[in-house]
Amino acid sequence: MSGTGVRGKAEMSRAATDAAGPLGPLGGLWRLTLVRHTTWALLTGAGLLLLSLALSPYHNLQLAQVGYITCAATGLTMLTGLGGQISLGHGAFMAVGAYTAALLLEHQSWPLAVVMAAAAAATAVVGLIVGVGAARLHGPYLAGATLALAVGLPGLANYGPLTGWLHGQEGLSVAPSPPPLALGETFPLERWQAWISCLATVITMWFLANLIHGRFGRSLRATRDDEIAAALSGIKVARVRIIASVAAAAAAGLGGGLLAVVATLAAPGAFTLTLSLQLIAAIILGGLGSLAGAVWGSLILVLVPSWASDYAASANVPHDIASNLPPAIFGLVLIGVMLVFPRGLQGALRIGVRRLRALKS
Amino acid sequence: MVKFINLTLSGVTSGMVFATVGLALVLIWRATRIVNFAQGAMLMFTTFLAWTVIEQGGSYWLALAVGLVSGLLLGAVVERVVIRPVENKPPLNAVIVTLGLFVLLQAFAGMIWGDQPHSYPPAFTIQGFTVGDTRLLLSPFDLFVIGAVAVVMIALTVLFRRTDVGLKLRAAAFAPEVSRLLGVRVGRMLTLGWALASLVGSLAGVLIAPQVFVGPTQFDAILVFGFTAAVIGGLDSPVGAVVGGLLLGCTLSYVSGYVSSDIVTLGAFVVLIAVLMIRPNGLFAVTAGRRV
Repeated sequence: MSGTGVRGKAEMSRAATDAAGPLGPLGGLWRLTLVRHTTWALLTGAGLLLLSLALSPYHNLQLAQVGYITCAATGLTMLTGLGGQISLGHGAFMAVGAYTAALLLEHQSWPLAVVMAAAAAATAVVGLIVGVGAARLHGPYLAGATLALAVGLPGLANYGPLTGWLHGQEGLSVAPSPPPLALGETFPLERWQAWISCLATVITMWFLANLIHGRFGRSLRATRDDEIAAALSGIKVARVRIIASVAAAAAAGLGGGLLAVVATLAAPGAFTLTLSLQLIAAIILGGLGSLAGAVWGSLILVLVPSWASDYAASANVPHDIASNLPPAIFGLVLIGVMLVFPRGLQGALRIGVRRLRALKS
Repeated sequence: MVKFINLTLSGVTSGMVFATVGLALVLIWRATRIVNFAQGAMLMFTTFLAWTVIEQGGSYWLALAVGLVSGLLLGAVVERVVIRPVENKPPLNAVIVTLGLFVLLQAFAGMIWGDQPHSYPPAFTIQGFTVGDTRLLLSPFDLFVIGAVAVVMIALTVLFRRTDVGLKLRAAAFAPEVSRLLGVRVGRMLTLGWALASLVGSLAGVLIAPQVFVGPTQFDAILVFGFTAAVIGGLDSPVGAVVGGLLLGCTLSYVSGYVSSDIVTLGAFVVLIAVLMIRPNGLFAVTAGRRV
């Protein structure tokens, strides 16, 4: 409850500074949420483009990974952070998206963008079914139901009648989508993958940012803070929750589709319980309910284990220790961040910025 | 018919183990309102310690004792060191801390004992009894499992219902402020609650080890099923965890016997959803006033 109070105050002070700002034609435009978000999306896109040009293929691959994890995490942070509905089964949604994309790429010759949209749409349908079931549940009961989904769904790939189609444990391999020839013949595949992944993620974040800053976002937060009061004010609680879970599932499905394209594989081994737990860890590490927090969390998720394994490879240690060093460090980071920054990294950043402003004035 | 009886018997045995893990989760949920996702890794770690005793030539019973005592200590240490600082923070923070602990303990176990699973001997033979010509899926070891779990449950009931410590434990969990005013050392009671839960969990680990083997990730499924059992029963109710465990064990056994063993976990999901659709707070939920 105190958290919303602080956030409410921050929003009010932001509104106050906006009102006090220059009210010329540009200032007026800037106050339109849509304009602000579009500008941010374009700037981020340009920044990522420059970044991918500067990076080596290996780091571009990591960029692509951060991209699709962020894509799935942003949906989850809306559902869990603003809607208060915890989902431990987001990895299962990614699996649906990845398998849809892999099957479509194998059997149809559709353009990649259409395949990605189809992956998101197919997962949204699954999200609708789960959302209808989950709208009545909350807290640990919802956590339990979604946890069972995360563990159960990937098992379908091994189910006898479906193995001919989904290829069991081996999974479906996806032909890599080569960069268009217009970019030159030596254009690295990894950079192209990073572009696809980041573009889709920026578009997703733009959509979600507009969604949560409008009427829908307010309703969603109201259902989180007080279900009964929200219902009394005319908000249809179940409908709002179901829409949130559909949007979150679509984002996760798109993330899964991107994963299939970047990893060129959709296999049950990629969608273990660990993935679902890592996604929830990412959004809480970053700061629950904030889209920027989802980016921080995804960066930690991809980069910390990769640095740790680089370090373990360079240090001369026995195999058992080297292979277990990345998860050990990841676990320590999870516990450490929660003990030091209970509001996540984005929360810590916000508090820091506020203190700096207070010092200036 | 014989198949049905056999599936039921094996379902009851595995259900008792799920119930034990579920009970460990329920104890912690009641005491601190935290779902302990690290439980699976904690019982994995203590089972590895017990396995080490057997590897060094110790007897089964010595190993069991080591497993249980280390479980008790581990639970207390975990509560004091990493859980205490997040106890009054947003509930999801505690979830992340237990997840971090889960990853960390698995990594430590991998560093110490390697990633390969090891076999663990049962206390008694796992050859099933025979009735006439048919062999039942019930062995002396299964009886031991059922008996051990039953003893622990009775002991816990006596502890909570009939002793002073039990009363303090319940008071500290349900009304910490009032109990503190009345002189109950609430912090100490929470530590004891975690220690007891972890003890129960480590018993489940040793009992299931002959079946799933001992390895860093071998007990993940047990945690999921234990959690499912606890949720089916309603997280506040120890009786619910037992009923949920038995219900889940039997269902999983029928699914793997009559449909396919590959979609057993999906079966768990279906049971859980079916129960939660009818009772959103589990079978044994007490209808209480909603806290606003």
